[in-house]
Amino acid sequence: MAETLTHIGQTEPRPAGWQGIAADWSSDQRAFKNVSWGKAMMWIFLLSDTFIFGCFLLSYMTARISTRVPWPNPSEVFALRIGGSDIPLILIAIMTFVLISSSGTMAMAVNFGYRRDRRKTAILMLLTAALGATFVGMQAFEWTKLITEGVRPWGNPWGAAQFGSSFFMITGFHGTHVTIGVIFLIIVARKVWRGDFDTGRRGFFTSRTGRYENVEIMGLYWHFVDLVWVFIFAFFYLW
Amino acid sequence: MVDITPADGIPPAEVAEMELYHPHSWWTKYVFSQDAKVIAIQYSATATGIGLVALVLSWLMRLQLGFPGTFDFITPEAYYQFITMHGMIMVIYLLTALFLGGFGNYLIPLMVGARDMVFPYVNMLSYWIYLLAVLVLVSSFFAPGGPTGAGWTLYPPQAIMSGTPGGQDWGIILMLSSLILFIIGFTMGGLNYVVTVLQGRTRGMTMMRLPLTVWGIFTATVMALLAFPALFVASVMMLLDRVLGTSFFMPAISEMGEQLPHNGGSPILFQHLFWFFGHPEVYIVALPAFGIVSDLISTHARKNIFGYRMMVWAIVGIGALSFVVWAHHMYVSGMHPYFGFFFATTTLIIAIPTAIKVYNWVLTLWRGDIHLTIPMLFALAFIVTFVNGGLTGLFLGNVVVDVPLSDTMFVVAHFHMVMGVAPILVVFGAIYHWYPKATGRMLNETLGRFHFWVTFLGAYLIFFPMHYLGLMGVPRRYAELTDMTVMTESAHHLNSFISIMAFIVGFAQMVFLFNLIWSIRHGREAGGNPWRATTLEWQTPQTPPAHGNFGKDLPIVYRWAYDYSVPGAKEDFIPQNMPGSFGPSREPA
Repeated sequence: MAETLTHIGQTEPRPAGWQGIAADWSSDQRAFKNVSWGKAMMWIFLLSDTFIFGCFLLSYMTARISTRVPWPNPSEVFALRIGGSDIPLILIAIMTFVLISSSGTMAMAVNFGYRRDRRKTAILMLLTAALGATFVGMQAFEWTKLITEGVRPWGNPWGAAQFGSSFFMITGFHGTHVTIGVIFLIIVARKVWRGDFDTGRRGFFTSRTGRYENVEIMGLYWHFVDLVWVFIFAFFYLW
Repeated sequence: MVDITPADGIPPAEVAEMELYHPHSWWTKYVFSQDAKVIAIQYSATATGIGLVALVLSWLMRLQLGFPGTFDFITPEAYYQFITMHGMIMVIYLLTALFLGGFGNYLIPLMVGARDMVFPYVNMLSYWIYLLAVLVLVSSFFAPGGPTGAGWTLYPPQAIMSGTPGGQDWGIILMLSSLILFIIGFTMGGLNYVVTVLQGRTRGMTMMRLPLTVWGIFTATVMALLAFPALFVASVMMLLDRVLGTSFFMPAISEMGEQLPHNGGSPILFQHLFWFFGHPEVYIVALPAFGIVSDLISTHARKNIFGYRMMVWAIVGIGALSFVVWAHHMYVSGMHPYFGFFFATTTLIIAIPTAIKVYNWVLTLWRGDIHLTIPMLFALAFIVTFVNGGLTGLFLGNVVVDVPLSDTMFVVAHFHMVMGVAPILVVFGAIYHWYPKATGRMLNETLGRFHFWVTFLGAYLIFFPMHYLGLMGVPRRYAELTDMTVMTESAHHLNSFISIMAFIVGFAQMVFLFNLIWSIRHGREAGGNPWRATTLEWQTPQTPPAHGNFGKDLPIVYRWAYDYSVPGAKEDFIPQNMPGSFGPSREPA
């Protein structure tokens, strides 16, 4: 038996499993019991955003399988010359490691947020933001390297022009997501640090009070951006 | 403080009352307002304003088609620009914005018994970004080279080539930027509508007690959140093709004997992305209309809606099916014939839930106490028009019939009937129905009836002959048809006739606008519930509803939205928030 919590702390029993889902959807007030408005909104936004990234990746795949000119080999293009030998995908591997690690620190921040440990939460969120910024920095390095080697959105020295177009478009769109995430991580970390969620201080724009759940909602977005990167990594670099 | 004692088996409140932002100044009350009702009016006014531009553009097109060669200022280039902007504005900036941003914002919080949308600040941003999108769109009229003339589908490669108006100027850039802005703004509003319906309902309001209006708008919004991403991606990619010289949609192509720098792109990819958005878009406009018309019919026939649950599942089913039919817009694009077979099948399957809805509307009317009020007239006109437009859809959904008919006036007639005239009739009906709630006064009856009959009959006189022109083989998208063999003398007369009718119908819309403005001050006082309707928006303590909608306590819902003419009840309607049992209700258990 799961339970629905009312706003004054009463509990309402409800059935578990599929019957529970049916009961929730045929109940009043909320279809997802114990899911706040903000969390529901973030999930639905992420569903919509999934469709955006899905369309980008499908378009890229269409371009890649239908081109009549050879597609540049990612292992060679994305290799770095370190200590006299070419190491394929080394930068991408480090970037991926950094971003996945940032998901770990984010999850820890959520945990400490619910324990009301303001200091640790804020530090972990700032660490997450720092890892995210590092990721974007390395991406900027990668862009610079490719541009100096002659890759342009309209062409490149090794083959299909769509290689450069898709690369800049998809990593650029993902990088924008990461950057927005970093900005919001810093904003939420500041609120946690200052204790806004304890004092009930109202948001500057929204005039609403926030809760520690905001850390978790922020985390949902961050993990999503991470997950999208895994797909970009698989379909663009490993293919 | 919310009442926490369970009443009549109604569960206690799960969520504390939302904090409302209380405006301090005229600016935050009427301009940068976070109240969904004000945002709704802002959306509706902006949509109507830009819609008038599109109406004028349609007159200019009809001037050219009806009286070719008479008006020198309508060059073929200008004609293409009119056609493009007319289509894009009507479909996206008028109908989508009006149904979801306008009616959605006004009706969802009131009908589900909420104080406001769940995130009023984001909701406000949604409107301002929409306004920005409209301004960017309008700015293209004043940009060098004028607006884009690529046709509302913006097919590449022609959309960004120099032969198309605006293709190598600012037109297409502003169009695509405006679409991207619109989608960002819409997403902000759309998330609000969905979460408010799912998580923001009042006590006792189950999903299966929602008025069908809310079901229609809700399903359409979910669809929009999943379909607009495809248009977003297509717009971004075409913008890159145009601005950065990428080749996503541009194949190797030469223009004026000169090889363009593009190479290896796929125009068909754009068509797939566009129609993956474009077909659901038809139903994004149609589903709110379905929902609203169900409520109008039930209220004005004083009878419960027939087959409520079937109506809900039909809405959801149509919404789901509309995502797997998109390529029926692409039968002549050269795709594999087996695809045509698949998409023709799925297209025809949609006829089943749609037919369920039409039968249920008719069965709701059957032996009802029909009041021929103006909203009812529009609702009845909608049913007839939708059936007419739907039947020609059966022709166009079949590959072998579509191939000869595609790109003829038959297609123009079909989609204007089914997703132009039909939804706009519902818009009018809905405005006549809810105007008293929004302003406290009734719209003028005489002007209303004049508006209805001219619009309804006029629309038929415009679009019925167009089917005939299409069957003769008259192509669409042509500015000049004088020398074509299909254009016989009689076809020319028909075209002039259509144009004159279009001006008359257009004039009736001016009468309607006058009525809208005049009645704010001079209309008859409406009272709180002039139609004696059951849904929550008519039970508000103030009319128009004040900030926060329901006064001190939120309403508690005890019944579905369709308890009309219940035997044994004192009145012929029982409001949703009226407790007690009154006799055999037809509410599904």
